[in-house]
This record gives sequence, C-alpha cells and structure tokens, in this order.
Amino acid sequence: MASFKPTKVQFLPKLGEKVTEDTLYWKNYKSPVQIKEFGAVTKIDFSPLAPHNYAVTASTRIHVYGLHSQEPIRSFTRFRDTAYGGSFRGDGKLLVAGSEEGLIRLFDICGRVALRQFTGHSKAVHVTSFLSDGFRVVSGSDDLTCRVWDVPSAVELSSITEHTDYIRALAPSKLNPDLFVTGSYDHTVKVFDMRSGSSVMTMQHGHPVECVLLYPSEALLVSTGGRYVKIWDLLKGGQELVSLKNHHKTVTCACLSSVGNKLLTGSLDRHVKVYNSSYKVVHNFDCDASILSMAVAPDDEVVAVGMTNGVLSVRHRKHKKDKETLTSRRRRGPSYRVFVKGKNFVPRQDDFLVSKPVKQYLRKYDKQLKSFEVSKALDTALQMWTRTSKPEVTVAVIIELNRRGTLKNALAGRNEESLTKILNFLLKHIFDPRFSRPLLTVGDIVLDLYRQVLHQSPVVERQLQRLMEVLGREAELQQELLQVLGILDTLFASLTPRKEVLWEEHCPMSLNNHCVSVSSVSADVCRI
Amino acid sequence: MVEESDVRVVRFGGSKINLRPPIISTDSRFVLCTSGDSVKVYSTRTEEWLHSLQGHTNQVTGIALNPANHLQVYSCSADGTVKLWDFIDGILIKTFIIGYPLFAIYVSEKHEGIVFLHIAMDTDSKKEGFQLVAVHLPKSAEQEVEAKELSAVSSHISPNPSCTAFGREGQYIAFARNLQLNVYFFRKQKTYSFSLKATDKKGAKNAFTCIACHPTDDCIATGHEDGKIRLWRNFIHKKEYTYSTQHWHHNAVNTLCFTPEGTNLLSGGIESVLVQWQYGTGNRKEFLPRLGGSILHVSASSDGQLFCTSHSDNKITVIESSFKVCGVIQGLVKGDAVLTDLMIDPRSKALVLNGKPGHLQFYSLLRDKHLYNLDIVQQEYIYEAGLDQFEVVKAAFDIKGYWLATVEERGQKSADLEFFLKLWSYDERTQSFVLNTTITAAHTDRIISMCFSSSEETTMLVTIAEDGQFKAWCQGVDADTKQDQNFWSCDFVGSYHNLKPTNCSFSADSSLLAVSFQEVITIWSPDTWELLTTLCQPPGVIRDLCFGRLSCSKYLISTTTRNLLCCWNLLTCALEWSTSVEVSKLQSDPLSENVAAFSYQSKHTDLFVFKPNEPRPLFTHKNVCSEKIHRAVFVPREEPLNNCDESSQWLNRSQLYFLTQNMDLLTFSTATEEDRMLSSSTRLVIDDSVAVTPFYLLLGKHRQQQQKLNTPSHQAADRPQQPQGSVTITELLHTPAHVLPPASVLCSMFVSSLLISNTGVLQDPLRKEMESSEQEMNSEKEEEDSEGEMEACDSQQELRVQGSVDEVTPKLSKAQERELKRVRKTDFSWMAGLIASKP
Repeated sequence: MASFKPTKVQFLPKLGEKVTEDTLYWKNYKSPVQIKEFGAVTKIDFSPLAPHNYAVTASTRIHVYGLHSQEPIRSFTRFRDTAYGGSFRGDGKLLVAGSEEGLIRLFDICGRVALRQFTGHSKAVHVTSFLSDGFRVVSGSDDLTCRVWDVPSAVELSSITEHTDYIRALAPSKLNPDLFVTGSYDHTVKVFDMRSGSSVMTMQHGHPVECVLLYPSEALLVSTGGRYVKIWDLLKGGQELVSLKNHHKTVTCACLSSVGNKLLTGSLDRHVKVYNSSYKVVHNFDCDASILSMAVAPDDEVVAVGMTNGVLSVRHRKHKKDKETLTSRRRRGPSYRVFVKGKNFVPRQDDFLVSKPVKQYLRKYDKQLKSFEVSKALDTALQMWTRTSKPEVTVAVIIELNRRGTLKNALAGRNEESLTKILNFLLKHIFDPRFSRPLLTVGDIVLDLYRQVLHQSPVVERQLQRLMEVLGREAELQQELLQVLGILDTLFASLTPRKEVLWEEHCPMSLNNHCVSVSSVSADVCRI
Repeated sequence: MVEESDVRVVRFGGSKINLRPPIISTDSRFVLCTSGDSVKVYSTRTEEWLHSLQGHTNQVTGIALNPANHLQVYSCSADGTVKLWDFIDGILIKTFIIGYPLFAIYVSEKHEGIVFLHIAMDTDSKKEGFQLVAVHLPKSAEQEVEAKELSAVSSHISPNPSCTAFGREGQYIAFARNLQLNVYFFRKQKTYSFSLKATDKKGAKNAFTCIACHPTDDCIATGHEDGKIRLWRNFIHKKEYTYSTQHWHHNAVNTLCFTPEGTNLLSGGIESVLVQWQYGTGNRKEFLPRLGGSILHVSASSDGQLFCTSHSDNKITVIESSFKVCGVIQGLVKGDAVLTDLMIDPRSKALVLNGKPGHLQFYSLLRDKHLYNLDIVQQEYIYEAGLDQFEVVKAAFDIKGYWLATVEERGQKSADLEFFLKLWSYDERTQSFVLNTTITAAHTDRIISMCFSSSEETTMLVTIAEDGQFKAWCQGVDADTKQDQNFWSCDFVGSYHNLKPTNCSFSADSSLLAVSFQEVITIWSPDTWELLTTLCQPPGVIRDLCFGRLSCSKYLISTTTRNLLCCWNLLTCALEWSTSVEVSKLQSDPLSENVAAFSYQSKHTDLFVFKPNEPRPLFTHKNVCSEKIHRAVFVPREEPLNNCDESSQWLNRSQLYFLTQNMDLLTFSTATEEDRMLSSSTRLVIDDSVAVTPFYLLLGKHRQQQQKLNTPSHQAADRPQQPQGSVTITELLHTPAHVLPPASVLCSMFVSSLLISNTGVLQDPLRKEMESSEQEMNSEKEEEDSEGEMEACDSQQELRVQGSVDEVTPKLSKAQERELKRVRKTDFSWMAGLIASKP
C-alpha cells in the first residue's frame, strides 16, 4: 500500500535579482547603528592601526569613535569654523584636518590642542592628507592651490596652482611619497609629482570631481563626479577603463573594501552601491539621507556612512558567533533531550525488534485532501497566515484541486465572508505571473457559480468592481508590453540572427497567451 | 521468404497477468494466473515466478482448481482446449479438445467430472452472444481426449466472466446480464430470473457488473455499475425475493468475493480500495486503500488466510486476512497506450517505458521481471474514471545512463496543456534516479521529441516543440556567478523560418545535430550553434531521423510521410540513395551499423534491416504482424552470438524488440537461440519439503543430485544424516537474506551440520564427501547410458501416475501412499524435455 503523496508546492523563483557570493557577503551586515552628529558628516577616516578607530569630521569638530563604541572616545573641538577632511597618518598617531577659515591643524591623537597650524590658504581647505613618508602634509583648497607642508617645521614646501576651480578631492599615493592625485570642480583629475613640482598626468572627468581614489596597486584610479564613476588606467597613461552610471544623483564618495578590493560608491541619491570586479552592481545599501562620506574598516568589519542630516550610520558585520548566541537565546522550549528520548537506543544483539510503523506527517490541507474534503482543504489553505505569508501554498492547493477536478465543488456554496476571502486573495495575486494562471480559472469559476446572487451583497460587488479594475489595468499593461515587444522585434530584425536568438532566450514568458487570458476574464467581469 | 525458417517472430513475456482472477493453491503456497498463452505459477511468500504451464496455442482464458484434486488445475483457452495440469511440477496431465473457442471456465465440487465453459454463440449473429455449457469430461487414459458431451445450461449470458457464480454447494448457478439476474437450479432444472429497472429515480445505472454467491447461505451478492452492492435473498421462491442495498463505491463495482467461511464479502472497483464488508452486520466495513491500479479481480484462498487482488496495472497483490499487503507480483504495465518510446536503461539494460500512471517502469527482459517503478509525477493519483491526470509522455536516457529526462503532460484533451520537463540524475548511493531539475515552461507548446547528445564529456539535451523552436539544455556554468551549478538551464534556442520541427537526432560522436523542420533537415553544430547546412527532399514531412553508426557515421537516414526513405551523405551533402517505402518506425542499432525499418503496407508490417552504405537490405521479413508498429528498440545482448548465417547475422550483437498496437511485445529469435532456450527450460523440480526461495533454486540442483543418489541405493541406514534434514539448513533457507547473520557465522554452523555426529562411524567426513561425489558422478553416467532402456518402463510408470491422479481415491493404503511418494520423488524433468520437443 503506497502512502499518500502530499501536495507539491512549487517554489518559483522571483524574476530579477540573482543571488551570488557577493550579494550574500554584502547582505551579511547587521542593521545600522545611527549616531547623531552636529552637522553634515563630510569625512570619515579609519585609523590604519589595530583597534581601527575612526575619525568623523562633522560641523566644527572631529570625533574619534572606537570600532564598537557609540560614544566618541576622543573629540577635537578647537575649530572656529567648520572642519573638513580629518585624516590619519599612516601610523595612526597624527591627525590632520582643514577648515573653513583656511587653517590646517595637526593633532596628536592623544592630545587635544593642535600640535601644528599651517597657515597660507586664503580660502576653505576641504581636503588634507599626509603623504606616505609621514613628514609632509598635502592640502587642496578653494583658493585653487594645492600646497605641501613640512610637518616638523610647519613650513610650506610648495604650492601648485594648476586647477582652475575648487579642489575637492585628494588621494596621496601609498607607494611613492612624492605622488598625489587631486580632483577639482574644473572637471579634471591631476596627478602631481613633487619631484618635478607639477602635474604629470591630467584626466578629463567631464563633471566636477567629488572624490578620487587609488587602488592599492596604484594602477587604477577611481574618480567620481556628477552621476558618473570613472575608472582610469594609470599605467596606460590615464586611459579611461570604464564609466559607470548607476546612481541618479551626484556620486560624492567612493572607497574600496579590503577583501577583494570591491568598489563602493555613495551618492546624494541615498544609495551605497557595491560593485564586483567586473564593475557590475552586486549589492545596494539604502540610507535615510543623501550620503556625503563613507569608509570601510579594514577586514570589512564596519561600513560607516555619513549623511547630510548629520547622521552617521554604522553597519557591523554579522559573525557566526553572533548568530549562534541569537538562536540559542531564542530556543527556550523543550530541550534536545526530550526529542531524542529513546530514539538513540541501540538494540543489543539478541533483542527482538518490533518495528513501529513510521507515521507520515501531513499538513492539515493534505489530511483533508486525503479524505476528499475539498472545501475544507481550500478553507485551510486560505487561512490568514498561509494566504499572506505563503501564497504559493494556497495556490498549490488550488492547482491540486483543479487537477482533481473538484475546484468547482470546493468553491461552491460559500457565504459572503468566505467568498470575500477568496476575492481578496485574487485581488492581491491575480497579476502575479507565478500565480495568474490558476487564479484566473478560480475567477472564472467564481463568476460562473455566483452570477445569480452577486448583487445581493454589496461587499462582494465592490470587490468584483476592484477586480475588474485590476484586470483592466493589467490588460493595458500587457498590451503596452506587447507593443514594446513589437518595436524591439523590428529593431532586432535588423541585427544579426544570432542576436535575436539570444534575446528570445531571455524572454521569460509568453506574454501573448497571458494577455489573452487576462483580457478574456476581464471581459467576463465586465459583462456582469 | 526462405530465411524465415531461421529467424522467427516470437511473442515475448510481459503479457497480461490480470485477465482472469488469480488462484491461490489450497496450501496457500502458490498463486496461479493466466498470462498470454500460458499459466504462470508464483510463490506467495517470495513473489518469485517459479514456472509456467506452457502448452496452449492461444490466449488462456480461464483457470480453475480441480475440485477433486487440489494439486491439479484446469485451464481453458481460446484455442478450444481444456487442459489439466499438475501445477507443482508443471506437468500437463490431460488435454480435452472441445473444438470451440472458450472464454471462461467454472467448476463446482458437486459436479464431478463436469466443467462449465463460456463459448461464443453461433456466429451468424454478430452480437456478443455467449453461452454457458456444461461439458462432461470423459475418463480415459489417453493424453488427448475429445470431449463431445456438451449440454447448454443457458444462452445469452454476459461476456464478463465475473457475472457467473456457483451458489451454495453447487446447487444453483447465478448469472447476470445487463439488468437481469438469472438463477438456475440444477435439481429443479429451472431458471428464475429477476430484473431491475433500467434506471432508478436518481438516474443510477443499475446494470450488473459482477456476482458472488455466499458459500453456506442462500445469498447472492451483485455489484452494479453505479457502485451499489445488492444482497439477494429468498430467491428460491420466485415472487418473494428480497434484496438489500449497500453503497460505498463511487464507480462501478468490478469484483466481489465471499471469504470461504462466508463471514466477509470483499469488493473492489476503480477506486483501488479493497473493501471488506462484514456479512450480516449491515454496514461495518474495513478498507485497504491505494493498492495500485483499479481492482479487477479479488480471490480468496480456501482457508481464508490470503486474498489476492489483480489490478489494471498488470499487478497481483497478495493480502493477508488481517488486511496487510504481504506481496506484490508485478507484470509489465502496458495500460491503454505506451506513450514513451521503448528505451533501454544503459546501466541495468532494462526495458524502460511508461508504466502505471505517472511512473516509468524498468523491466528486465532477461528475467521477464518487473524491476521497479520510478515515480515521475510525484502526485497523488486519483482513481476516478474520466479524470485528466499527468502522464509521462516522453523520456530519454543519456549514453552512460547517468541522466534521465522526462516530460509529463496533462490536459491533452482540453485547451490548456500543462507539462513539465524534468531531469533526473542517477544516485550511486541509493541506486536510483533523483530529481535534479524541474522546468515548468520549457516551451510554449507541447514537446514533440527530445534526445541527449551522445558524447562522453558533455551532456546536452535537445528538445523540440510544436512552438517551432528547439532548445538545447545544459548543466553548465552560470554566466554571472562563474560557478558550477548542478542544475540544468537553457543554452540555446533555435528555429528555422518558424516551421514546426518534427524530429531531432545527434550524430554518433555528437559533433552534429540534425533537426528536421517539416520537409527540411537542418544540420547544426552543437559547439558553436551554427547552422551548417540544410537538406531538403520534398515531398512529405520528415518523420524519423537517424544517423548511421560506426563505419556508416557519415550517413543520415530520414523517412517521410510520403513513402520515402532517404539516405544522405553528410560529407558531400548529397542524396546517396532513396527508396519508396512507407516506413512507420526507423530504429538504429547502437552496437552495429544496422538500421531496422518497419514498413506498413497493405495491412501488414514488413521489416527491413539494412546498412546505410548500401541500398540493398540485409534482411527482410514479410508480414511480421498485421498492425502498424510505432515502437521498437534494439536490446544489446549479454554475450554476442556468433551466427555466420547471413540472414541472422544482424541479431548477433543485439536483439530487436517491438510493440504492436495490441500491446504485444514481440521479438525476433534465431534457431540457435531457441535451442539454447530449450535446453535451459528443463526446469528444476520443486521439492515439497522446502519453501521455494531464490536461494533454494540456487541450491536445488546440488540437492537433486544427492537425492538421485539417495533413492536408488537403499543404504540410507549407514549413511550420515542428509544436510537438508538438519535444522540449520532449513533455517538458513527459510530466513530472508537480509536478516541472515554474516556468512562467517553461518559457515561454521553449516560445516558442523555437514559433519557426522560423533556417535556415527568414525570416518573422515571429507573423504566420505569425496566418495559420495564420485558415486554421484558414476551413477549419473549410468543413468545417461541406460536412459534408452528405461524409457519403456518409465512410460508405464507415467501411466500409473496418471491413473493414480485421475481416479480420485479418497483413502489410500499406507503401502500405496509410500509408493506414490516414491513416484513423486523420481525426477521427471527429462519427460518435460520430451514433451516440449515433441511439437
């Protein structure tokens, strides 16, 4: 005697997003911790040293946070005006920051008072950075100059005026202490060599440059500005490698993850996008406000994002350990011992075994289907929890009933309340391409069955009205899609036949059939 | 036509075992059932096929135990004979020639020497008229007797044999036809008839479908088309009859059966639920659901301990009286239609085709045994008449047997067709196929055909569908993630001028794919998906495509609907030769260059076997059968024959099986093969004292020889105890293999059982064994030598056997009994050989 085979629930994949290693990696972050700052967060920089504290520049102060603390462990408040571009030295002991008034201050990470002040810029200094030898500081200012300062003597070593607009982006080379890259609002990115004292390379970004970034190998350069992110190949003399346009507002910041050197970009459109090595977007973080700055901790432990509304949002990576503690906390029910009680008993050699038949576990609707109680099975499948969180189960039961030829029996003889349930379910899911086919038959049968008595209930009538609207909209949509398809067909007809074949492969469903059936049902509804 | 003497069309096994109710022998050890033109004997305990009673020349249409001797069985056949068999040894005892085609047989204890038979009415009226006749079987010692004493009991009876039944102690016989129930009383020689209205008020269909009579009570149970069961009583008085109605079945009741004590009534129908009604307690019933196909027959053993149901999916289920299934005997399931092609599983060399609804069956042709069913649809099958359910319609294996692709379809009749393409991979651990990928909308219309590429390294599946496209499916690398995925996805979609494809085929080395679109054959390269060339030979839509193999791999053969067989040379892209033949099925042999073509012309099918490189056929066989043939397959042989004869050379490496429209599985066999079959068919005689297990069959031969040695020499006194008498051996033989302790444990027990007990003679047991084996050989030789002389005396013996079996002497003297036992123990297997070789 064969056992009852339970109803098969088909899990159709949703169209669109594909799950890859990268998406899994970037999804593995906890929900963000929000820290309120005094003003827009313009710069975040992680210390290269082990605790990886990070300096957050916002309004007139710079706060240094620990990796897991939500209160600043240190703050530098001696700015008279807005501070900009606080960044660490390579050994993490010194911090340099520019300011609105044109002063550049150098702090010891343990002290409070500025160790040095570099004066010389006539306008606000937005970007400052140490060169990789650690003894020189480079700064870019709104007075169109780019100056290099000596740290021990606090003397200006050189000043370069090659840009014709505000300098808002700066990236020193880590391999060569004499090289740095600047980006300016004059749409250019320039590579300077201190040995010659002038720019050695100039690239046209095409938009005001907001941020420049060097890959660790320093063969590739990233510049962002406008809606574009451009990658330049420095070894090929500054040739443009790719131009990415994935944001719909100005891209303000970019950074690299330390695992696999994935590029992250943040934009005023409130999104952080993560690219894979072939520069396709693999993940997307959403934020509450426009993003001004962003940084990723070494080992990708933390992604910190600063926004215009002064909120610093910090995402921590999930670890296996965390998950374990989480689940262990959740499980408060009977212990494992209870479940395995007697089940791990090993019979001895001369024991006589009496086997107990294994009871087949069936879901409630399967039990009802097994005893041919079709209406009850449909009711079970239409229960609140099932129909809202697992509509595919409800649809699977409907398909099973249809296969058994008893769908009509199951739908017949219902009162207003249960009919409303069914109609609500139809309204919600009838245009879902995964479910539309069985649900259209349900709609047909409901109309056939209750044609005579429909106008007795205003509730049901209203719902049918809505169903008609939904279907009408859907039919229109399908029609438009077909038109687009026709246009595309003509386009592809002019291409090679090989291309056409490839394209057809991606066309997911026969829209045609679908459209026809949708319109037929909507016509039915109209008739009533 | 001369060759036909050498190569013959042979009906192969896998015939229906569910035509007539199976019989359980009195000792509940054997199940007998009709199977084509033979009666098969199965063991109830091991479900193993023991032997078949062969001798009829046409379909066996009924079997009945001889009420006078429970070791004998009557069988009747459409060839007009009734045969009496000893079913334990498989010996034909007697043949009664009736002269008319027979359709059913009934016997009753009260009527000794009389059998009741269904025969067709005189054929002047074309209607299905059947007649129930009583035949007095003459008592004579001859092997073949003509029985001419026919007396009609009733004419106009139902063609359904389950509509006739004997009543209490054979006093009356009840038979029903349409809406009338007739009861014929033998003592009064009168027929009473009771009829029902054509329709009830509720519109129920009242026609009778089956009848059963209570064994001790005057009660007749009748089943009806609407699922009702009526219990008729008091029918001895024509006017005062009563009946009570019970209703559980929702479709027609197919069969009814009272248990031998009459305490329960068993019924079965399309629902595939065996229902047990308690007799006399109204509505108390028990159910045994989901037995398989719809129940056609139910029978009970004479002690009431076992029931047997036979099902529409060619299955017999053995059920204990506690309503527990204890055995399933499965034949080749053929259902209404074979939708898939006949295929060979490359691993098990089993024949694969669609079996019971939603399953693929694996059938071993070598052992004529059903191996297993693979559940493709994985849905609960609803046993209801007229319900449209998923059926497996296409299946294909890849060359190594690692992948299986199946297509299941539902809604062939209605407009909205549903179908799934499924891919199964072979799991080494579980030794069966595991579902890998389900593709819901593989095409927008029905899949016509599919094939796997035959190369070793990459597997690719090509499907063609009525939507005008062909698709290639691969288990490849995902373009986005650059990772190996183990599921299948679409690799390429191709079409040709929106024409409907008709067939597809890969070349032997998978370097070319041929897809035929209506009248055009397109050749594609599967590596680059480039259309290489097109071949066109109007008129007629292309039906079959097949590449040549081995030395002929440059040829492509196609057949069209307009009687054309073309052979293309792919190197020159030119037509090599063509001939005008209406080919219904083209099948190429995977192991040789040969291609078989079945052609249907003027109401009979001819077979041509040819090599693509020469237009002259190697072998022709006219008039293979009278129906069109659509399914055929080459089955590789286990070991190649070495026929030098030109006409049968093509059968050396593989065998050609084909399926007719009547669902007969036929094959071609050669003379040498038949000889071999004949020699192996001298079967082992089953000893009474041991239950028949496969293990026994293995050991049986050895034992027999020992017995042979034992019987003639009466020196049993000083001989050690024979091993078969020991408890250890019986235990060893009776326990199922899976609960046996390891061989190392058994070995010592076994050896110690062979040793002589220490009270016996102090002789080296090993030497004794050797001696005995020497003796054995000697005596065997002697026997062979003296066979000629012995024949005369043995024929006398044989007569004696018949006599003793025929005249039923209720009590035998002890001496007689001993004599009988001795006679039974002697080996008659050589006689079976004689009988078989006679015709």
